[in-house]
Amino acid sequence: MVIPDFALNVPLAMQVTPADWPGGYWWHWLFFTIIIIAFVLIMVMGVIYIERRGMGRMQSRLGPNRTGPFGLLQPVADAIKVLLKENIVPATADKVVHWLAPIIAFSPVLMIFAVIPFQNGALLADLNIGILYIIAVSSVATVGVFMAGWGSSNKYSLLGAMRNVAAIVSYEIPLALTIVGVIIFSGSLSMNQIVVAQDIPYILVQPLGFLLFFIAASAEINRSPFDLMEADSELTAGFHTEYSGMKFAMFYLVEYAEAIAMSAIITTLFLSGWRGPWLPPWLWFLIKTIIVFFVMVWTRTTLPRVRIDQLMALAWKFLFPLALVNLFIAAIEVLVWPDISQWIFVGANIVIAALLVILGSKLFKIGWGRLEV
Amino acid sequence: MTTTRELVLNTEPFLLNIGPVHPSTHGVYRMRATLDGEVVIDIEPVFGYLHRGIEKLMEERTYTGCIPLTDRLDYVSSMTNNMGYCMAVEKLAGIKVPERAEYIRVIAAELQRIANHCLAVGAMLNDAGALGTPFFYLWREREKIYDLLEMLCGQRLMHNYMRIGGVSQDMPEEFLPALEKLIIQWRRFIEEFDFFLKQNEILIARAKGVGILSKELAINCGISGPVARASGIKRDLRKDDPYLIYDRFKFDIPTAENGDCYDRYRVRIEEMRQSLRILEQARKQIPGGPAKAELPHLVHPPAGEAYAHIEAPKGELGFYIVSDNSIAPYRCHVRPTSLINLTALREMVRGWKVADLIIIFGSIDITMGEVDR
Repeated sequence: MVIPDFALNVPLAMQVTPADWPGGYWWHWLFFTIIIIAFVLIMVMGVIYIERRGMGRMQSRLGPNRTGPFGLLQPVADAIKVLLKENIVPATADKVVHWLAPIIAFSPVLMIFAVIPFQNGALLADLNIGILYIIAVSSVATVGVFMAGWGSSNKYSLLGAMRNVAAIVSYEIPLALTIVGVIIFSGSLSMNQIVVAQDIPYILVQPLGFLLFFIAASAEINRSPFDLMEADSELTAGFHTEYSGMKFAMFYLVEYAEAIAMSAIITTLFLSGWRGPWLPPWLWFLIKTIIVFFVMVWTRTTLPRVRIDQLMALAWKFLFPLALVNLFIAAIEVLVWPDISQWIFVGANIVIAALLVILGSKLFKIGWGRLEV
Repeated sequence: MTTTRELVLNTEPFLLNIGPVHPSTHGVYRMRATLDGEVVIDIEPVFGYLHRGIEKLMEERTYTGCIPLTDRLDYVSSMTNNMGYCMAVEKLAGIKVPERAEYIRVIAAELQRIANHCLAVGAMLNDAGALGTPFFYLWREREKIYDLLEMLCGQRLMHNYMRIGGVSQDMPEEFLPALEKLIIQWRRFIEEFDFFLKQNEILIARAKGVGILSKELAINCGISGPVARASGIKRDLRKDDPYLIYDRFKFDIPTAENGDCYDRYRVRIEEMRQSLRILEQARKQIPGGPAKAELPHLVHPPAGEAYAHIEAPKGELGFYIVSDNSIAPYRCHVRPTSLINLTALREMVRGWKVADLIIIFGSIDITMGEVDR
């Protein structure tokens, strides 16, 4: 395994992948921009349908089944409804911030897809710092959420937004640390190169990393059991309590687009992205993304919500130490045995992961409970 | 005692209105909560949003005409409300209820208890953020109970089934076989449901040790029902002051020691099991005969007063009736279980987080119809 020289590659950040395209870079840019926007919007509709039907099944009810065949048009009907709704801005709201928030929350999610490979080389920009770019960009959405919470001048919104900021700040760290574990094995920060390097899916090589990343990602995008910022039973709707009409739809879109983005990132980092036998690569990518999303739906349907102090405790006392250990083990493995088959690591790492999770859960104590007032 | 809060930063409390329109206040309860960040410092309950003056309305109706009004008190367990009221009138007028009617009343009341605990447990888990899954499973089974109650009286919610001196009509032939089937189904379902939730880590983390109600406080506040039994008070009117024919059945009074939300959940699950035991025995023992005593069309109880109390699903439900030998009660007062159980809420939630406030409130199991009357 060659240890790459990241520093030298940075100035070549923007690679135009198919060199023989007519018009070169700009055609490529236009084509992929349209694809990404269409992909995100269509996927959002698709996953909303999957989530609602899947949740319906798991909750022993039918889910939407009236609009179109099998209720397939339900997301379209919802979109139309939400478009036609009145846009209400609270009288005391900070109008500009209130108006800007959905846009600021939505754009970074779209930007994440710029570096996600749909198949070999099929991505808007094959940045050689792809995953670093994702970590940087995905955090910006928090600003939008906090603007929404602040601009609404509603205490529920503010509480939800504060919870969100606290969660993101904490969960970025284990998230980034587990990504480093993957990068050590792949030897590249480029999303495409990470997929190319995955002869064995990294879910097997880095089982603990996958677990930690999945938990941290669920918290990062506020999926249940970490959906504290929306927490409908506590904060009515959290940061978007005061939003209606299309602006609410934007937040709804953000929620699902983030879930898709995280599923796509997990697919790329741990499930060998577009690689797979028989089927076309883009279809493999799509299938794996949807499977990861479905697991998120599954956890959402079956688990109660944690409390804010438990959320923090989980990040700092459980995920963070385990992510450090995981990183350490990955580094040792690559440094000491750079040339042996990764299949040897698979068995060893699964055993280590099981032991560490058991040990971690024994040592881990949740929360502080009651405070004297 | 110096708390973490005081050491870290100097904060300022703020006021948050929770309710009357809020997803988790189970109707129109309102709490003026003083929060310090996420920590609840104090709450001030405000109720009366659902006041309909039921006690006053009762003074203008005949004794039989009051029965539909009692349905509207605790509208999720109207059978027991009917029963408590009818027992008070029977005590006042010295009416003897036929044995078969007493058995039918016991069956209806125990079915109602299970149905009520379905809502109590389901709503509490919903408040904990379980996104409806346990709720829907419980409601699927609750529907079966309501099918049976519908078989008895033709109504699903506002039953209006009990009459002074018996029940409005005898049970149909197919009722007892259906009851037998239901008991078998329910036994299986409770085991399954409890298996999934008893060991759920997040539920334990959220509910165990949260919202502790001490035994002394529970006694001083006059708290009854599952909430009191979860705090270690072994008091159940079905055993302590046997009314109807409860002394003929073998059943246990489930109690717990800690008085936290988890114990209240456990006690309710256990009570459902005990109710099934009672139903099974009542099904076997039920005698023939009339289902209603021979009475004149209008009841004229002698001048005087009577108090009858029963163990309603939520606790001790009492009806105090004063008669002036006319066809309508001179005065009727309800001892509302929900309102009295709510009195300890402030002590239970102080120092906990907002999320705990919601789950503690949910674990008390109140119905606003009974609180406001």
